[in-house]
Amino acid sequence: MEMSKDLLDGFSDSKKTRILTEKIKNIAQEIEEEITLMEVCGTHTVAIFKSGIKSILPENVKLISGPGCPVCVTPNTYLDRAISLSRLDDLILTTFGDMMKVPGSSSSLEKEKTRGRDIRMVYSTLDAFKIAKENPNKKVVFLGVGFETTAPTVAFALKETKTKSIKNFCVLTAHKLIPPALRFLAQSNDLKVNGFICPGHVSTIIGTKPYEFLVDEFKISCVISGFEPLDLFQSIYILLDRLKNKKARIDNQYSRAVKKEGNPVALNLMEEVFEQEDSVWRGIGVIPNSGLKIKNVYREFDAQEEIEVQVEKSQEPKGCLCGLVIQGKSSPLDCPFFAKECTPQSPIGPCMVSSEGSCQAYFKYGQKKSSKGK
Amino acid sequence: MITKSNSGEKISLSHGAGGKLSLELISHLFKENFKNKILNRLEDSAVFSLNEQRIAFTADSYVIQPIFFPGGDIGKLAVCGTINDLSVMGAKPLFLSCSLIIEEGLDKSILQKIVLSMKKTAQKARVQIVTGDTKVVEKGSADKIFINTSGIGIISKGIDLGKEKIKIGDKIIINGTIGDHATAVLSSRAGLEFQTKVKSDCAFLSDLISSILKFKDKIKFMRDPTRGGLATVLNEMVSGGNFGVLLSEEKIPVREEVKGFCELLGYDPLYLANEGKVIMVVAPQIAEKILNILRKNPLGKKAEIIGEITDKFKGMVGLNTRYGGTRVVDMLLGEQFPRIC
Amino acid sequence: MCLGVPVKIIQKNKKEGIAEFKGIKRKISLELLDKVKVGDYVVLHAGFAIQKLDRKEALKTLKLFDELEAIGNE
Repeated sequence: MEMSKDLLDGFSDSKKTRILTEKIKNIAQEIEEEITLMEVCGTHTVAIFKSGIKSILPENVKLISGPGCPVCVTPNTYLDRAISLSRLDDLILTTFGDMMKVPGSSSSLEKEKTRGRDIRMVYSTLDAFKIAKENPNKKVVFLGVGFETTAPTVAFALKETKTKSIKNFCVLTAHKLIPPALRFLAQSNDLKVNGFICPGHVSTIIGTKPYEFLVDEFKISCVISGFEPLDLFQSIYILLDRLKNKKARIDNQYSRAVKKEGNPVALNLMEEVFEQEDSVWRGIGVIPNSGLKIKNVYREFDAQEEIEVQVEKSQEPKGCLCGLVIQGKSSPLDCPFFAKECTPQSPIGPCMVSSEGSCQAYFKYGQKKSSKGK
Repeated sequence: MITKSNSGEKISLSHGAGGKLSLELISHLFKENFKNKILNRLEDSAVFSLNEQRIAFTADSYVIQPIFFPGGDIGKLAVCGTINDLSVMGAKPLFLSCSLIIEEGLDKSILQKIVLSMKKTAQKARVQIVTGDTKVVEKGSADKIFINTSGIGIISKGIDLGKEKIKIGDKIIINGTIGDHATAVLSSRAGLEFQTKVKSDCAFLSDLISSILKFKDKIKFMRDPTRGGLATVLNEMVSGGNFGVLLSEEKIPVREEVKGFCELLGYDPLYLANEGKVIMVVAPQIAEKILNILRKNPLGKKAEIIGEITDKFKGMVGLNTRYGGTRVVDMLLGEQFPRIC
Repeated sequence: MCLGVPVKIIQKNKKEGIAEFKGIKRKISLELLDKVKVGDYVVLHAGFAIQKLDRKEALKTLKLFDELEAIGNE
């Protein structure tokens, strides 16, 4: 049986979403009390803002954004190291476009590029790998950022590097894992989340099992959601329905792409190349077992271990509320710098830089305290 | 002005991207220093009178990479872009200058190709290239070739466009699909490796625009959404004013392939550059008439009324999404980079 | 956090495929999936196919919606 474009287009059907809007209004009325749902994934944050869902949700349903924005949670120290690496001679720094504008302690990759450093944006780790093969006299470092969706692609590139004996390619990893972050949020005393919208594409890799603890241990419902408007509306409806019936459950709304077992090939690759370690989430601190480190057997391709470089002492901007914003404990509007000293052109914290960061989304899509243009 | 805070600051690609940073550079450095009434209006062309004949005068530099792209080349772009800057002020474009900065080592045959393209375009548009300059710089000091064109046109009596003519209820029309040029150029750059059949919409709009100038004072304002895209020119239009813009997402024409390109790389078509598009703000009673005239022209086949001027909010651009929600459309913040997250 | 797009595999050569989406084409890696064939739809992320799209499940999800709609109309 074949998939088709028409079938996929059905998930953007605006007639269907308008019907769901009504249903959401009705069920929210029945529940009455304040409901807080957290969407964990940055791509969900953007999709929600773009479709205008927030402006149609009933008063008592609040959507807050979580820490699923790799740019927002990558620590300052990582950026500072990447910047220092880019300043070395005969080194090409390759990165996804996402990291270009993120502020380190005193500079950014975009700024370094204007100073003449060889920094190249790529769409895929394999493009960076290609650059390494085409430039055998230079060292090519790839910034491995992202969650479980991206980590397998980097793992594959590392495996290829070893198999094909490529000597000049290495990765500086900052991969993080979602389930430990969810556990951290669920355990948090001051965060009252009634339901989680779980990241659809991370789930294509890890499957549904890693979320079971949310229901079993914390009795919080979660929905693995797709990214089309119908997916989002439907996922919100499902969470509200579970709340109304007081039944905590995991629902896989994105079942067309998420299998229960996830992607075993990708998971095995990750297992072969990476191991879990405690990891620092910018603004939050250490979350146990939430990061990926390159295993010893692949150590020669680990830019952290193999390339010596002087890195400036990292400093975080004082007063910036990004850490609380990504945990959903504060809104961007609560931050004293928001839309004043901290704007997308002159960001203070990473939440304002990333196109998926809550602060930039709030700024761009109009939820500002101060009037526009200031 | 050079202040303590910006000494040592470098100009970045984002300053040239056409969005907020570009505008800031223009306002703080150029406008502040070159101060005069004509420049202060910061329109696509300067408009002034010489012996009672109103003249439009404009200049633009073209540094695009790659210099040959699907649907055009840097030469055609240089001629069309300057013609369009004159046309959107209601002027009939007459004369262009053409100044080239060529990188040492450029193949003569490439230069010839570009010059022939400029000749062909100028002939079709019935403008004359009457003066110019050529400089060659050392290898590495320019990226193959940079072109600057300036242009002069005359504005007939009864045509007087400007932001101050805009009234609540006026309709906003665009002559076709957005994002084609940027998609064609970005996809032909090395490193992204996406193949698409989308061609740049690079075209001169003087004939299309002259077909509706007969409506005289019912045409209030026009602009061509080049760098920074539709979102940026509309934001510039409402900035500092006492009206806003409300767009209807369903009405904004976007090719499937452009939508696809944007979804794959995380771009937003509202911010992508166009080189053959014009937005017109017109009195509501003639909007449909204008639409019909535009649609008869090959450059206006997909023209649509995409929004209107509103007093619901001031100085902002809002968008009614196809899902029944509303959101703000801000200006381009700096250069858009592709993303995977 | 992850831009993933449903693309169709229109050509395949071992573990490399050509994907097509709204008229755009690109070479992508199929190394993260087994048993992909021409005509399959996959989720594309950062140059890799990360999962196959399942038609039956897509229909089920859309059907769920239609059932929801029917409930309201009773």
